[in-house]
Amino acid sequence: MASIGIKDVSKIYNGGVTAVSSVSIDIADGEFIVLVGPSGCGKSTLLRMVAGLEAISEGSVTIGDRVVNEVDPADRDIAMVFQNYALYPHMSVYENLAYGLKNRRTPKAEIDARVAEAARMLELQPYLERKPRALSGGQRQRVAMGRAIVRKPSAFLFDEPLSNLDAKLRVSMRGEIKRLQRRVGTTSIYVTHDQLEAMTLADRLVVLSGGKIEQIGRPLDVYHRPATTFVASFIGSPAMNLVTGELHGSKLALGPALIDLGATVPTQGAVTVGLRAEDLHIHDGTKGDLPFRIDYVEELGSQRLVHGVVGDQPLVAAIPSEIPLPETASLSIATAKLHFFDSKSGQRIDWVGEGAIAASIPAMEVAAS
Amino acid sequence: MKRVQFSSPYLPYLFIAPQMAIIFVFFYWPSVQAIQSSFYLEDPFGFGSTFVGLSNYSDALGSVQYQSIARFTLLFTVLVTFLSLGIGMLLAVKADAVLKGSSTYKTLLIWVYAIAPPVAGLMGMMFFDQHIGPLVKLAAFFGWDMKVGLNYNDTAIAMIIVSVWKQIPYNFIFILSGLQGIPVSIREAAAIDCRSGMRRFWTMTLPLLAPTAFFLLIINMTYSLFDTFGVIDVMVKDKAANNPITLVYKVYMDGFRGNDLGGSSAQSVILMIVVFVLTIFQFRFIERRVHYN
Ligand SMILES: Nc1ncnc2c1ncn2[C@@H]1O[C@H](COP(=O)(O)OP(=O)(O)OP(=O)(O)O)[C@@H](O)[C@H]1O
Ligand SMILES: [Mg+2]
Repeated sequence: MASIGIKDVSKIYNGGVTAVSSVSIDIADGEFIVLVGPSGCGKSTLLRMVAGLEAISEGSVTIGDRVVNEVDPADRDIAMVFQNYALYPHMSVYENLAYGLKNRRTPKAEIDARVAEAARMLELQPYLERKPRALSGGQRQRVAMGRAIVRKPSAFLFDEPLSNLDAKLRVSMRGEIKRLQRRVGTTSIYVTHDQLEAMTLADRLVVLSGGKIEQIGRPLDVYHRPATTFVASFIGSPAMNLVTGELHGSKLALGPALIDLGATVPTQGAVTVGLRAEDLHIHDGTKGDLPFRIDYVEELGSQRLVHGVVGDQPLVAAIPSEIPLPETASLSIATAKLHFFDSKSGQRIDWVGEGAIAASIPAMEVAAS
Repeated sequence: MKRVQFSSPYLPYLFIAPQMAIIFVFFYWPSVQAIQSSFYLEDPFGFGSTFVGLSNYSDALGSVQYQSIARFTLLFTVLVTFLSLGIGMLLAVKADAVLKGSSTYKTLLIWVYAIAPPVAGLMGMMFFDQHIGPLVKLAAFFGWDMKVGLNYNDTAIAMIIVSVWKQIPYNFIFILSGLQGIPVSIREAAAIDCRSGMRRFWTMTLPLLAPTAFFLLIINMTYSLFDTFGVIDVMVKDKAANNPITLVYKVYMDGFRGNDLGGSSAQSVILMIVVFVLTIFQFRFIERRVHYN
């Protein structure tokens, strides 16, 4: 077990592609870090640099108290779980688990004990003599996990280990990975493009975009206070609504509506406003702040997603299924739940009113539409 | 397996008919002829033939000369097979390490190797030319007066070197493409699990390459037994007298130079049986241990 330090790490591929640029993350001992971001943002590249499968162009990676830039992957004391599992097809499950230990000259009795323990934890005992091709996807996934666990390494590295499983299995394996990591307490870096997986697994999230860190933080902090419009639209499902508004003093003009914020935001004029779909309330007629023209509805069972437009900007509201949909609707939101972002840089703008639970829905002044 | 439906039940047979015809004309028919004539003593001048039973076989197997040729053939086959497979694999592994990812380079290299075998064969022969052969000159430099075609051992060495040399490109292509077929993530997982590259080769690369290697083993044995005829012919130049030859060349010598069609047929039948037994043995005992994905 060890802490991991990633300091100003960049990856420039031959041909000049910068896949990762100047990333720094300090990972505490036993922490579960999830790297999340869209396809091609450099998550795998960063993970592979930690693993030693990819050379580090700039910066340094420290595992424990050792800079590992020049250390062979086998000597970094890490174990990796691959997306396609990368099980050795000619070896039985037992041999797959034992291979890494055997090559490290672990005594036979110790190997047997560790394999038996991992097999018990992962419920793999019935399959130890089988070849990987005779296993289901979920079982292969567990063997891949087992191969990492038996090594008792300083760190686990996961590269989208669940993305080849069906949705239901993914949810249960997700729980299992979290449970196992808690139990063995090994520092973990986990790569995924699935924000839900990221939210549920992470102690801390690292949101990446275009090879750069957008935000590092605990899942709920990232969810409640996204640092940029990119994070806002990436974390949370459905994605946060981002619309353009205009700030005049303590008033926000949003489409046809004018909302009194009760406090000033440290910027004026055009601004990007973020509204979470689940923070929006729907009202019959014009009782809400924002007149809302409904386009279509997605039924999800527990809730429904109502797609429509405010002014000329598309917006999604998530509302409980039991609330009947009005003919003419309007939306309201607690001002404390509004997010503001710089309309050019996309950076979050903090303001005094946020997070404060508004006692009442502020007075509304609906302009004629 | 995917089942394909044909509109007529005869259509599939029609499709394989040309192949069957070729196999029949060039394999079954001559085989039957050979088996038949191996029981007869053919008059060298074409005046009929006499049934002699198994005496052609007992003559061949009992002859000291035949036995020594058989021993040489065995040695030759084993050496050529393992050297050409071994060197081909060594080169392919080295090339594979360089080739990771750069596909244009890869295509170029394979293309060069794909046209190489006949050219390589010709070059191999020229290496040992008595007058201009650089290897003969090299040997002379070290005080070894190489007499290919005259001295038994010199000829044997030259034959083996040229035969191996000719077969390396073929093995190289197959092994290289086999290596490229090993998933990158498996190699990477192995790199994390095992530090020693040598050990990884024995425990990971080689077993995953086994289907290719097994296929090549059969191909190379067949090559050493039969396809080396041309090499031997050039080196021995019909003067088998004091030179090493293989069983196939002996079949040719006895049949076409010695006009002993019966004896030569008996020898081909013996060879046929040897190949048959070898093939069955390989598929029964080796293939079972080979992992197919
Ligand atoms: N060998 C390479 N040579 C050049 N560019 C590369 C190489 N490997 C990856 N890249 C580029 O680096 C960037 C990051 O790739 P990476 O595999 O890290 O993405 P990722 O975030 O893991 O995406 P995904 O979710 O699709 O796996 C991509 O733009 C990719 O095209
Ligand atoms: Mg990836």
